[in-house]
Amino acid sequence: MTDCTRVIGVGNVNRGDDAAGLLVARALAGRVPPSVEIRECSGDMSSLLEAWRGASVAVVVDAMASGLPAGTVHVLAPDAEVLHAAGAHWSNHGFGLAEAIELGRALHVLPRRLVVLGIEGEDFETGAPVSTTVVHAVERAADLILDTL
Amino acid sequence: MSAPTDRVRPRGGRKPAVPPPAPERPIRPRATQARSIKVDVLARVEGEGALSVKVSRGVVTEAALRIYEPPRFFEAFLRGRRFTEAPDITARICGICPVAYQMSAVQAMEAALRTRVDGPLRDLRRLLYCGEWIESHVLHIYLLHAPDFLGYESGIHMARDHAEAVNRGLQLKKVGNDLVTLLGGREIHPINVRVGGFYRVPERSELAAITERLKWALDAAVATVRWVSGFAFPDFERPYDFVALRHPSEYAVLSGTIVSSRGLDIPVADYEQHFTEEHVAHSNALHSSLAGHGAYFVGPLARFNLNFDRLSELARDVALDSGLGRTCHNPFKSIIVRAVETVQAIDDALRILASYEPPAEPAVPMTIGSGVGHAATEAPRGILYHRYRLGGDGVIADAKIVPPTSQNQRAIEDDLRHFVEQHLELDDAALTWQCEQAVRNYDPCISCATHFLKLSVTRT
Repeated sequence: MTDCTRVIGVGNVNRGDDAAGLLVARALAGRVPPSVEIRECSGDMSSLLEAWRGASVAVVVDAMASGLPAGTVHVLAPDAEVLHAAGAHWSNHGFGLAEAIELGRALHVLPRRLVVLGIEGEDFETGAPVSTTVVHAVERAADLILDTL
Repeated sequence: MSAPTDRVRPRGGRKPAVPPPAPERPIRPRATQARSIKVDVLARVEGEGALSVKVSRGVVTEAALRIYEPPRFFEAFLRGRRFTEAPDITARICGICPVAYQMSAVQAMEAALRTRVDGPLRDLRRLLYCGEWIESHVLHIYLLHAPDFLGYESGIHMARDHAEAVNRGLQLKKVGNDLVTLLGGREIHPINVRVGGFYRVPERSELAAITERLKWALDAAVATVRWVSGFAFPDFERPYDFVALRHPSEYAVLSGTIVSSRGLDIPVADYEQHFTEEHVAHSNALHSSLAGHGAYFVGPLARFNLNFDRLSELARDVALDSGLGRTCHNPFKSIIVRAVETVQAIDDALRILASYEPPAEPAVPMTIGSGVGHAATEAPRGILYHRYRLGGDGVIADAKIVPPTSQNQRAIEDDLRHFVEQHLELDDAALTWQCEQAVRNYDPCISCATHFLKLSVTRT
């Protein structure tokens, strides 16, 4: 494991507010110190494991739908209950962040520090634009990461 | 996206009272007692559905795979779209086997337009397909099916005790994903496939890195065969009617005739003369039947039994060393066959890479016109049939798609019926566990027809 810090934006640009994590990653491009790597990821379990492999610190940014007002920025520890309720998928089509965290822990390949930044969305329809509240939340999330790095 | 759900997943490690092998389980002789077993969720399948088994006086009176997801209407979506759109639209049917949909779609279109694609372009298609076989088979072996044999609730729980094996599986799957990305442009729903070939073909130099990784993967795949062949398997065999493609010289993936273990040997264009689909009340996915025989079995076990002589020398040797023999009628051993097919896919990929020379053009030209085209390819789970009728303007007038899981539904239900009848002495937990395992033998991609599976066994 290196001292590398990695920011991993997760999402789908074709599903409305689900693009939030990717937009944060793109907003940070060129604005972070050289020791910080920016990556984008579909959210598939094995891709996530690969995305944070070798990093000592990882910040995963993903859209959420927990019922809080749209635009809310959550800062979550990897064992946060909401993540694991969200990840209770039965189909391997749905293996995602929660499963990646669990499997990473089992295989001892989690970064020394892992933080999940969730951005509450409101419209996840196919082809929908990113809602205005989420666009503003993306800016706040990017600033929060820059302040923390 | 992370979304809340009201589904409750049991936490913890091993499932209680159901460690393999079967003979070690507590046995309760209850064949004639009224019993009711219900499992709300069957995990580790691709998609969602329900299953009910009813037993009365020791006889299974119903074994129904209930697929209640609404129909997805992809065949209707395709009508009115240009022939060029079919590979990208049909790829969206499945996130696990999009290459299979693309390959069947482009070849059916090329048949309709009387266009032939061969040489290095066909090799690249097979190479892309190898990537999908690797990632799909390895996912199922390591994270979906192996936990059944080792007594764990999930691959994640299994990883705590079998980290080395799971790490090997993840690295192996990644080689498959990366091969698909290299040729397809991205790992899920590739964007580089077109009717006639590809949008872009790689230079030889671009393939050097993946070649080295595939050499490692070949050893890892052989180790996988050894690993899974050491599992304990329930003693269960049936006289299946296996159906697969067969090619004169290849382990058929992209093309061939359709053959069966009862002697069927037909061109793909005759598929609908021999195989029919019908709607049954308990399923939103059409049930396929082989005329005159009913249920049939597609997928790795069918391919292995019908095409053992077409496996590469290495894959054959590995299969024989594993104890499989030249034929296998135990569906629980499909995990070994998937591992052998992973060896085959990697061996094939390395052979193609060794002789690859980029084609002069990334796609062959074609003349747009009316026609009907058929194609079948071997998706990881079995034959995937496409048929299109094009108008003179290249617009799709009619489409038919038959995925492998639809074709296996009757065989799955028959397996459950026979398995339950032969194992009524097992207690409810053990019987339920092995029924779930029996369904997973087929690696059903219910998402190709539906989503979500529940198991309910009622005994009266």
